[in-house]
Parts: sequence; structure tokens; C-alpha cells
Amino acid sequence: MTTTAPPAGPVRRNRSETLFGRHPVGMILAAPYAVHLAVVFAYPFAFSVWISFHDYFFAAPGVVVDHPFAGLDNYRAVLSDPAVRQAFRNILVFLVVNVPLTTGLALVLAVALDRVVHARTFLRVAFYLPYVTASVAVVGVWLFLFSSGGLVNTLLGPLAPEPSWLVNANLAMPVIALFVTWKQLGFFILLYLAALQNVPGELYESASVDGANGWHRFWSVTVPAVRPATALVVILGLITGANLFTEPYLLTGGGGPSGASASPVLVMYQRGLQQGEPDFAAALGVVLVAGVLVVAYVNRRFLEGRD
Amino acid sequence: MGRWSAAVRQVLLFLGALIFLFPFWYMLIGSLQSEPDTSLRGAFPVTGLTLDNYRDINSRVHLLRSLVNSGVFTGGVLLGTVVFGMLAGYALARLRFRGGGTLFALVLLVQVIPFQLLLIPLYVLVVRDYGLADTYLGMILPFAVNTTAVFVFRQFFLQLPDELFSAARLDGAGELRILWSVALPLVRPAVLTTVLLTFIGPWNEFLWPFLVTKNPDLQPLAVSLANYLSNVSARAANPVGAILAGACVLAAPAVALFVACQRQFVSTDVGSGVKG
Repeated sequence: MTTTAPPAGPVRRNRSETLFGRHPVGMILAAPYAVHLAVVFAYPFAFSVWISFHDYFFAAPGVVVDHPFAGLDNYRAVLSDPAVRQAFRNILVFLVVNVPLTTGLALVLAVALDRVVHARTFLRVAFYLPYVTASVAVVGVWLFLFSSGGLVNTLLGPLAPEPSWLVNANLAMPVIALFVTWKQLGFFILLYLAALQNVPGELYESASVDGANGWHRFWSVTVPAVRPATALVVILGLITGANLFTEPYLLTGGGGPSGASASPVLVMYQRGLQQGEPDFAAALGVVLVAGVLVVAYVNRRFLEGRD
Repeated sequence: MGRWSAAVRQVLLFLGALIFLFPFWYMLIGSLQSEPDTSLRGAFPVTGLTLDNYRDINSRVHLLRSLVNSGVFTGGVLLGTVVFGMLAGYALARLRFRGGGTLFALVLLVQVIPFQLLLIPLYVLVVRDYGLADTYLGMILPFAVNTTAVFVFRQFFLQLPDELFSAARLDGAGELRILWSVALPLVRPAVLTTVLLTFIGPWNEFLWPFLVTKNPDLQPLAVSLANYLSNVSARAANPVGAILAGACVLAAPAVALFVACQRQFVSTDVGSGVKG
């Protein structure tokens, strides 16, 4: 084939080609995916927004009922609900503990793992293992470790907090944040390891020529070079926080003590499905996603758009 | 510095790894002890290990049936993810068709919609409108197509050399024929990546199967274990031991698969999966 010829396919176009494109069979191949997007994402997304503006409740199957337009009533109810406000405050606590800890530890460990000589495989497996294990499984051990008579308190002796970790209103959320940090760290180490492969070696060499020591090189070369990865890590940490459900549901027995570790998704479940107020829960979902988008946008401006 | 700092780094990494692994060790040990022992020595027992806790949890949760349910759920999700992801990825990478560009833009958009927003409407649709509560299909449906997989396959098919396809076209092969006999035989690495990336998702998933299955006979192990953990554990002789035994059974397949395939589980794959 000569270099002047256009890539594959005849030049002459017939009518079906302009209508369906050069390879109409592509429409058939992509159809299941497109249908799935429509049924599982697009329609429920629109439906969710619709529910949030209407007075919606679960009727007996087969019964047709009115769902009158409710304007912003559901949103007003959500924003003035003390449990919702507390859940958002809890997520803030979660993020304050989880995000700096995750970014810091993941980056330091990735840099160290990148240069390690001995037992590379063992070390990587050790740090990734919590990430591949089900939350439900490891929650069991953490419950045992952090119970009032558990190993952590045994080791702390007189320093053990009273009331104990998971039933202490000030400590329950930080323990959940710590659990999630431990659980997800392997994934973020992987992200940073990938980013480190793209840092040009010359940057380190010129820094060494300038007389920078190891710590200095880390701050002035590595940290700025992996900033896009850091932005991604922060966004994903935020999404994890916004999605939090299993941990408060199981680790602190449904967001206890008295809502001190409840998350917005847990409140959505409790109000929407347990107490039968799907309209309230849908509005809460919209508020939550709007919040995530705003914070993600601000984060993007700060971490990515600075230069 | 140099040699010294390397040694310090090695030792610190080892300590960190041991701290990271400790909960797993404690899970295993706790599942083999007849009485929970929260002293430091209890974490490193030499005698008195028993399998009673596994018998106990099995009499309450029916481990085998739950494992089968987890397997069917995970298998269904993987099958859908691989088949539909491969077809859509191939079409988006190699074929020009009406709506292809729009679809790809939609793919990017969909990644922004978080699952929690869809929770209530999906529950209403799947459980109440489609009547799929307590069915495997209802569990699998939301995860049957995975956008990350579409990205992985699209990326893979884009990397294949153009000559491969133009040669087949010159030979007069139709597009389906090219997909079947040119692209698919090469696709195995991408399938492996996809399976590894998506296996832990459904196997570990709790929230969605928890919402759609109320019948214990159909619950995956993560759900039945969580229900045991939050409701009935008080009645067991050694509730902690029974929970930890169940946790070990739930963790084992994912851990085994990961350790066996950890060579394939390299940074580039996850990077491409996340960034698209």
C-alpha cells in the first residue's frame, strides 16, 4: 500500500454510508453498551432529579398514584435536616483525616518502593492486600481490634480512650478515616508509582548538581512532578468520602454513636429505603453530587491550574 | 548517605508492610481460636487452634451457598464486562459509525455521575418496576457493563498496528470477520487486565446486592456475612471467632487471585484504567 492512499475504505460514498457511517456494524457492536448507559445511567439520573422535585413515595405494586410537583420542598427539608448536616460535617472530618494521610503516605511509600532492592514483590503485595480484600471481611477484624477490650486498648493500657474508639463520638469518624486510608492506600501507591515512571531522570540529576540532598530533591522535584497524580488522588479520596456507606454501617453499627459517624449515603439509605422517603433521599443525592462537583472543581483549580 | 539510607528505607518499608499485614494475621488467628484473646500474647498463639469457628459460621450462614452466589454474581458481571466492553471498545477504536463520537463523549460524561446519585432511582427501577428483587439479574444489571473496561479495550485496540486491519480489509474480510479472526486472538492480555481490575469490584461489593437481596438463599457472602455481623452474631458461642472465620472465607479468593496474578497487576494497567 502506498503512502498517498487514504487509510482503508473506498473514496466513493454511497447513501447508507452517509447515513450510518463507514462501518455501520459498529453501531451494532456498541449497541449493548449504549443501551446499558441509557437504562442504568442516563434514565435513572434523570429520574433521580425528577423524584427530587416531586412528592414521591412507595405505593403498593401495581397501584397508580399521583406524585405532585413539590418544587424545592425536598431540598428545603434536606438542607434543614440536622441528621443531614451532621453527616456532611462527619464527611468533612473524614476528609481532613483521610486525604492528607493518604496523599502523604502513598507518595512517600511509592517513592520508597520505587527504589527498593530487596523483597520488592513481598512489599508490594503487603501494601496492596487491604485494597483487594472486601470491606465486609476486614471490618470484622477492625471491630475486634478497636473494641473496648480489644488489642489496641490492651496495648494502650491506661491511655485507652474512654468511651472506646468506635463508641466515642469524637473518635468514631477518625477511626473510619484511618480504616479507609489503610484499605485504599495500595491503590494510591499504584497511581503514584505510575506517575513516578514519567518523571524525567534529568530533573534529579540537575537537582543533584545543584547540591540538593534527598529530602530536598523529594520536595523540589518529586512533589511538583507528580502534582497531576496528587490532584487525582485528592479527587478520588473525595469521591470515596462521598460514597462512604459500608464502614459506618458495619464498623459503627449504623453511623453511631448517635449519628456521629453517619455518612450522607447512609442517611440516604436510612431515610430513602428504610423510612420510605425516596424523594428526600433523591434530593440529598443531588445535593451531595453538587457538593462533590464544586469541591472537585476548586481542587482542580488549585492543584492543576496553578501554572 | 547512599547505602545507609537505602538500608533504613528497606527496614522502614518492612515494618510498614508488617503493620499493614497484621490485621490479616489477626483475622486468621482469631478465626482459629476457640476464645477471643485480646492480650498481646493472644496474637501469637502456639496451641489451642481449632476449626470450630468455621463450623459455627457455616451452620448459620451456609458458606457454600453464599460463595456460589458470590461466584454467580461476580461471574455474570465479568462476562458482561468482558463481552460488552470488548465489542464497544473495538467499535470505538477501529470503526467509524454514526453516533460513535457522541457515544465516546457520553462515556466520559457517565464517569462523572456517581453511583450514590443513582441509588434510589435504580432501586425503584430494578426492584419495583422490573421486579428483579432477589434475582441474580437484578444484582448483576447495574454492573454488567463497565466503562473502565470499555476504556481498557479501546486503548488496547488502538495500539494494534493499522497494517493488520488494512491487510485484512484488502483481502476482502468483513468487519465482523476482522474482529473475530484478527483482533480477538490478540486480545487476551486486555481480557486478563479487565478481569483482574473488575474481579474485586463485584466480589467485594456490598451496598447494591444488600439492597436487592432480602432472601438469604440468594445473598452473596459479603451480604450474608454483614447481616450476620450486624444482627445475629450475639447468639454464637464465640461471635468474634465466627465472624473472623467468615471474613477469612470471603477474603481468601480475592487474595489468592491477587497473589497469583500480582505480576500482571502492575501500575500501568491501573493507571490506564483510571485515566482512560
